[in-house]
Amino acid sequence: MEGGRAFYAQIIMTEEVSFKKLKEIFFIFLKLGAFTFGGGYAMIPLIEEEVVHKRKWIKEEEVIDVFAVAESIPGAIAINSSTFIGYKIAGRKGAIAANIGVILPSVFIITLIASVFGRFQDNPIIQAALLGVRSCVVALIGVAAFSLSKKALRDKLTVLLWLITVLCILIMDLHPIFMIISGGLIGLLVMKIMPDKVEEIIKGRGDNE
Amino acid sequence: MKIYLQLICTFFKLGLFSFGGGYAMIPLIEKEIESHGWMTATEFSNIIAIAEMTPGPIAVNSATFVGYKTAGILGGIIATIGVALPSLLLILLVSQIFFKYQDHPVNKMIFYGIRPVIVGLITTATVFVGKTAFFHWEVSLAGIKDLFGFLNFSSIAICIISFIGMLRFKIHPILMIGISAVLGVVSMYLF
Repeated sequence: MEGGRAFYAQIIMTEEVSFKKLKEIFFIFLKLGAFTFGGGYAMIPLIEEEVVHKRKWIKEEEVIDVFAVAESIPGAIAINSSTFIGYKIAGRKGAIAANIGVILPSVFIITLIASVFGRFQDNPIIQAALLGVRSCVVALIGVAAFSLSKKALRDKLTVLLWLITVLCILIMDLHPIFMIISGGLIGLLVMKIMPDKVEEIIKGRGDNE
Repeated sequence: MKIYLQLICTFFKLGLFSFGGGYAMIPLIEKEIESHGWMTATEFSNIIAIAEMTPGPIAVNSATFVGYKTAGILGGIIATIGVALPSLLLILLVSQIFFKYQDHPVNKMIFYGIRPVIVGLITTATVFVGKTAFFHWEVSLAGIKDLFGFLNFSSIAICIISFIGMLRFKIHPILMIGISAVLGVVSMYLF
């Protein structure tokens, strides 16, 4: 509980955040918006590189929680996750800076394409380049799944949950939000039927850092 | 003036009621466009194709595009604000609650269960995007004749190179995207 209060105090403190930091947040998310092909998940390796490793603003395992929240509320995952990370780094102003930063490149690029290049997508060289990019996007999402699995899949139950999710979506085409709610309920169920495991699970998170 | 108001209301609604990210938003956008008579189905499918090809969230890309086509540059900006605003407001609301209870055991156990699901969603996303990248869709439309004509080997090779490049040699993702684009063009001339 103590840690929770300390963290909340920290959040309130970060409301008084310097303009320099906001500018940095804005430009990082501008970069993310400009180089994110193929949706929110393809953004994860870039977030890990820029926000987790280089600047150490958030921890690696927090990235999963960010995407859990981004998936659970309506809206585009890329926008939700960016805004949430912005909030995590620098409170309300940080959220606004990240939100504007991540959408601005799209507005610029699309307006340019819509007004200048009529049918650029029919050019065979651009098509070949984009197929290359799309192949890279598969790898980007794969890398994201791989690196996040190291933090999320720590015991038999979590590996089982991962497997069930993959099968339910691939075979039964269930909606992601349904899987997320089920996952949360299973977490609570574990708490109810195996209370002695809870401490181990919560502590285990600290040991992994 | 009326068109701007329509755009911001429509895209705000889309941003607020679409679960499951940008791709889930596409059919909803289509429905709205139809009911307003903003553009034809072909125009719309062209827009989605371009929105998928260009960087940035697909929801934002398609909002900007539809806004631009219906009401010019200002229309594009207004539609984009409409689609992004619910995210901003909801995140501001949710984060306060999230950080308040972050360290509570109940919250930790909920996320213990949710994290593997999220990794599962990302795993399946890899499969879905892989499907669109690794198969020749012209051939897939004609039906599966033989596996070798069906698979796009240069795409698979670029994907493997990217995966190893980023994971093992720590190549920056942006650089890797650039390399992949070049490799895509090179493989077109080679094969």
